[in-house]
Amino acid sequence: MVAAAGLHDRAMRRIMGADRMGHLHPMTPCTAAGTIRLEDAGATMGGQVVWRHVTGSFRPGSMTAIAGANGTGKSTLLRAILGEVPLAHGTVTRGGLGPRDFGYLPQARIIDRGFPISVTDMVLGGAWQQTGLFGRADRTVRLRAASALHRVNLGGQAQRMIAALSAGQFQRLLFARLLMTDARVIVLDEPFTALDAPTTQDLLELVCEWHAQGRTIIAVLHDIHQIRTCFPDVVLLHGGQATWGRTPDILTPVTLQRAYGGTRDRWADMPS
Amino acid sequence: MSILSALWDPFASFGFMRRALVASMTLGMGAGPVGVMLQLRRMSLIGDAMSHAILPGAAIGFLLAGGLSLTAMGIGGIVAGLGVALLAGLVSRRTQLAEDASFASFYLTSLALGVLIVSARGSNIDLLHVLFGTILGIDASALCLMGGITTLSIALLSIIWRPLVMECVDPGFMRMTGGRGGIYHMGFLFLVVINLVAGFEALGTLMSVGMMMVPAATARLWTRRLLPMMVLSAATGMAAGLIGLLVSYHYRLAAGPSIILTCSVLYILSLAVSPAGLRAGRHVHETS
Repeated sequence: MVAAAGLHDRAMRRIMGADRMGHLHPMTPCTAAGTIRLEDAGATMGGQVVWRHVTGSFRPGSMTAIAGANGTGKSTLLRAILGEVPLAHGTVTRGGLGPRDFGYLPQARIIDRGFPISVTDMVLGGAWQQTGLFGRADRTVRLRAASALHRVNLGGQAQRMIAALSAGQFQRLLFARLLMTDARVIVLDEPFTALDAPTTQDLLELVCEWHAQGRTIIAVLHDIHQIRTCFPDVVLLHGGQATWGRTPDILTPVTLQRAYGGTRDRWADMPS
Repeated sequence: MSILSALWDPFASFGFMRRALVASMTLGMGAGPVGVMLQLRRMSLIGDAMSHAILPGAAIGFLLAGGLSLTAMGIGGIVAGLGVALLAGLVSRRTQLAEDASFASFYLTSLALGVLIVSARGSNIDLLHVLFGTILGIDASALCLMGGITTLSIALLSIIWRPLVMECVDPGFMRMTGGRGGIYHMGFLFLVVINLVAGFEALGTLMSVGMMMVPAATARLWTRRLLPMMVLSAATGMAAGLIGLLVSYHYRLAAGPSIILTCSVLYILSLAVSPAGLRAGRHVHETS
């Protein structure tokens, strides 16, 4: 696992060139390998415009939060990035990244948690890009699965069924599965919703670790404080528009009040 | 008559009983595991719909062959069942209707169409055979078809096991990371259709789905692990085949319904005594 991550890291550095900070350059069309770029993109759902004229890039190794009130199209943006939603106009380019370069964490409520499958089998599912859909999960993969479970503090739960896990444990399990994918781009849809503070802390640490390894992180988040402390870049969705840039520049009391309502003082008083 | 001869004689004396026994065992073995998967995917209603959907295909086979030809009707049934599955999937993707709603519309259409075709050319007896099956009239070629279908379905299920399970638990993850879950979904629907066609020969369109759903529901009450669940479901279906045939022989009851009702009795007994059955429900109420 460690060796693999090291190799991965070196490969990433080679691809990414000098600018590892993931700074956004919204005005310059970017063709660098591994950059995901939206160009004047727009999406509709059921005939309604969700957002339009969105332009910006997720550079390799960048760590970007997608923020905005409910119903502003945050998940739609994720799905457009992954090619799951056809764009109404504009383009999305993925800098040579294939579907298998993406790791995806769905919203937990979408998963059928009653399905009779064990924790180990669920984690091994994350390695399918390596084992193939029909190949055997050999000793190496099984060891990796065990260490992934250990990493998220589920070491003792390997034989349990997923139905027996608590919400927090289940989210840890999904993160362990992401560890198995070893993906260059990690896409998280509301990863910390309905989790207690220690679990959120542990998993956020893991996300930061991925960021340090040079992986690209894109996450839909609701907690503004979390975004301010951990995510250098942000896309704020509001009224069909996206404001895209460095977090301190974008998440000001004025823009937050516009996006989420409430008083300006409430947003100004937030610890940042 | 000793108990042993009551169990043994019907099959030792009559060839049609032996063939019925092999047929119901084969059906139970193939349909049981598929039924478990169908229920876990919350597609029970769709299984029901599919069993009706194969009727017009079988009826057209009946017309073309000019009688109750198992091969023609089997092929017709498979084609019609897959057609309806594809069509319903397409309709639910293109419209706002959920998949189960479009399935329900298609199967009612199919049922009406099938009955219309058979009764236009055939007798009422033919219609009864198509709707309720003729397990005591199974011949060697029908047994071969059933055996082939069961073999294929167990083999295919074990091959597509991993992607199918992944697609069931979390379709989003599989799709977003570049897996084509849709193919395995279709492959699974194919398994459902061929197993229903196998059951259709013996139990008819209206009851063949019973051999799929009732043993599966029984098995789910006894275990929470997938593989044991499938094995138990198959075993329940096979046991119900044996018991149902003996009951129908000794009490002069119709064979097909006896088999399905035996499945039901096993289900009700399991509900009463299994750890996940009614006792578990009461336990939850007491503690909450």
